[in-house]
Amino acid sequence: MNDDRDTLQGLIRRQYPYGFYTDIETESVPPGLSEDIIRYISTRKGEPEWLTEWRLRAYRYWLTLREPHWANVKYPPIDYQAITYYVAPRSIAQGPRSLDEVDPRLLETYNKLGIPLHEQQILAGVAVDAIFDSVSVGTTLKEQLEKLGIIFCPISEAIREYPDLVRKYLGTVVPYTDNFFAALNSAVFTDGSFCYIPPGVRCPVDLSTYFRINAARSGQFERTLIVVDEGGYVSYLEGCTAPMRDENQLHAAVVELVALDNAQIKYSTVQNWYPGDEQGRGGIYNFVTKRGICLGRNSKISWTQVEVGSAITWKYPSCILKGDNSVGEFYSVAVTTHYQQADTGTKMIHLGKNTRSTIISKGISAGFAQNTYRGLVRIAPNAEGARNYTRCDSLLIGDKCGAHTFPVIESANETAIIEHEATTSKISEDQVFYCLQRGLSVQDAVNLIVIGFCKEIIQELPLEFAVEAKKLLEVSLEGSVG
Amino acid sequence: MESHQNRYPILEIRQLHAEVEGKTILHGINLTIYPGEVHAIMGPNGSGKSTLASVLVGDPAYKVLKGEVIFCGRNLLELKPEERAREGLFLAFQYPVELPGVSTMSFLRAALNQIRRHRGLDELDPTEFISLLREKAAKLDLNENILKRSVNEGFSGGERKRNEILQMAVLEPKLAILDEPDSGLDIDALKLVASNLASLRRPDSAQLIITHYQRLLSYIEPDYVHVLVDGRIVISGDKSLAHELERKGYGWVTGTPSI
Repeated sequence: MNDDRDTLQGLIRRQYPYGFYTDIETESVPPGLSEDIIRYISTRKGEPEWLTEWRLRAYRYWLTLREPHWANVKYPPIDYQAITYYVAPRSIAQGPRSLDEVDPRLLETYNKLGIPLHEQQILAGVAVDAIFDSVSVGTTLKEQLEKLGIIFCPISEAIREYPDLVRKYLGTVVPYTDNFFAALNSAVFTDGSFCYIPPGVRCPVDLSTYFRINAARSGQFERTLIVVDEGGYVSYLEGCTAPMRDENQLHAAVVELVALDNAQIKYSTVQNWYPGDEQGRGGIYNFVTKRGICLGRNSKISWTQVEVGSAITWKYPSCILKGDNSVGEFYSVAVTTHYQQADTGTKMIHLGKNTRSTIISKGISAGFAQNTYRGLVRIAPNAEGARNYTRCDSLLIGDKCGAHTFPVIESANETAIIEHEATTSKISEDQVFYCLQRGLSVQDAVNLIVIGFCKEIIQELPLEFAVEAKKLLEVSLEGSVG
Repeated sequence: MESHQNRYPILEIRQLHAEVEGKTILHGINLTIYPGEVHAIMGPNGSGKSTLASVLVGDPAYKVLKGEVIFCGRNLLELKPEERAREGLFLAFQYPVELPGVSTMSFLRAALNQIRRHRGLDELDPTEFISLLREKAAKLDLNENILKRSVNEGFSGGERKRNEILQMAVLEPKLAILDEPDSGLDIDALKLVASNLASLRRPDSAQLIITHYQRLLSYIEPDYVHVLVDGRIVISGDKSLAHELERKGYGWVTGTPSI
């Protein structure tokens, strides 16, 4: 039909529906980073001495580091003194809170994002922790979870309420010495989610954190820690959005997962940070360190990510397979359009015997975008019988984008079995024409082919997330074919 | 031959000239097809048979130089490929492509619903669609496994051809063009394809079958046979023409000895 084009244009304009800004009174620190700022943040959050000291050690270490530039991404230098490291809605920053006391404008923000927080309307089967700039707005379903002994709350609250538990695990999977952005995060992290599943408990609902960057010229540095005790299970979901702005904003998060004997963690991300406009102006720099450790025997950590947002994505959700027979999985779809850049992948570190890992990565590139898979599979000398299967597929739409893969395999045990498969393909004109001849539009054809390409990953997502992910893939590719 | 009084043609091709990559392939095709008819186009390799099919469905690699095509009263050449399909034009491709990961069911449902919307009909929900699909597959004596797999992925030549015919059965086009539905098939598969096509004959629609060999036509009984040589239809007749060609070879119509 002749209005296809108009509709398509309309869809391009509508492309990022979460780009609005919530006008709300905030409390913040002046821009820039110093020991004083870190002390201020720590005091403001009522933290114990050991944490303040830990932050300062991280900061001093960070000062000795240089920003890494080995990733296949390009961006102008970041002025770390121009970033505001703590911004909180005034109503949240001061005084105690329950969801009833939260500023209605904040609740409205989450309603607009499709994440209702009020008890009457909360999403069935999902408990949500909502993080707005530097602080948590509130957590739903808390009481129901507490009855099972499950702790799910903002990490700032966990530091106050469960200091021993936090202290035992914080920084054990991602030490502040790990890398530049992890050191920065350790120094300035303001909030994030904490979750603890007690022995033998299978968490009956999906736990979810929704990250929202609202304030301008601020960064978001959240820290998430999930510990699943022996025989426990949790499925955790993470979603992210930000307003549309012409300048870039930094998001440098750290996520640590710990699975004890027979524990299982399924961690799913749908990352939809503002990607910048069609000319590549603005967007979030998503520089994130995510790592899980299978500490116990027969434990399992599974990462699933659908990455469609951000101007630049730099993240490698990884698994350290320490316990014998432990299992690590990484399922990823990374979509880059216009001028987006993604350098993403995983590390599977096999330390224990009979450890197994699976990596399935699907990169989709359109427009002028660059999409890189970077991965490491390391088999330690004692990892008898370790196995890895890796598959990296790249799909190109158009002829001005790029796909790159940098897989590294290091095996120090001759009993290990490692398989690696990789393909790069283009959506062919023949495929599109075949669909057109059956009555489908070009956009429908591309959507079908892309969803088909990502099928194995989408299947790994919890159902309600899978539906959202499919829609997101369709919307983010609107207008990428001409 | 029967009279066409009081009936409108499904397809009317007048003086169609077309080129691909700067080379003129069709030099003035004239062809009229009425509802209920089955036409066969035969011809030696390179005579323009597949080009004709590609031009009719709007393959962008082909350029129309001259002539007109009226499809159910509309100027076909003005329509985009997907609009032609929605209007009821279907091509069973000679080499159907694979769509990895795209399930045959969801693909075909998306296509059918697009066409139904165009015709002002309600879309079918997955349950309604699956029963329709099962019914069509059973009529074609087709194994249901094909429906669960990705479109043409890892299909044998025969499976691809039959998947095209299944799609034709589901989409119910006014005109189905079949580009060498017999190529690469053994005799058993060929008979099956022929009987499938025969079962899909309807008084309100038509089939245009492109084939190089007469053997498919022994099972299909076309109403008309046209022989295409160098981009022109040089002779038309009934099915006996196919037998004659088989006996005498294409040299009989091209004036060059058959190899």
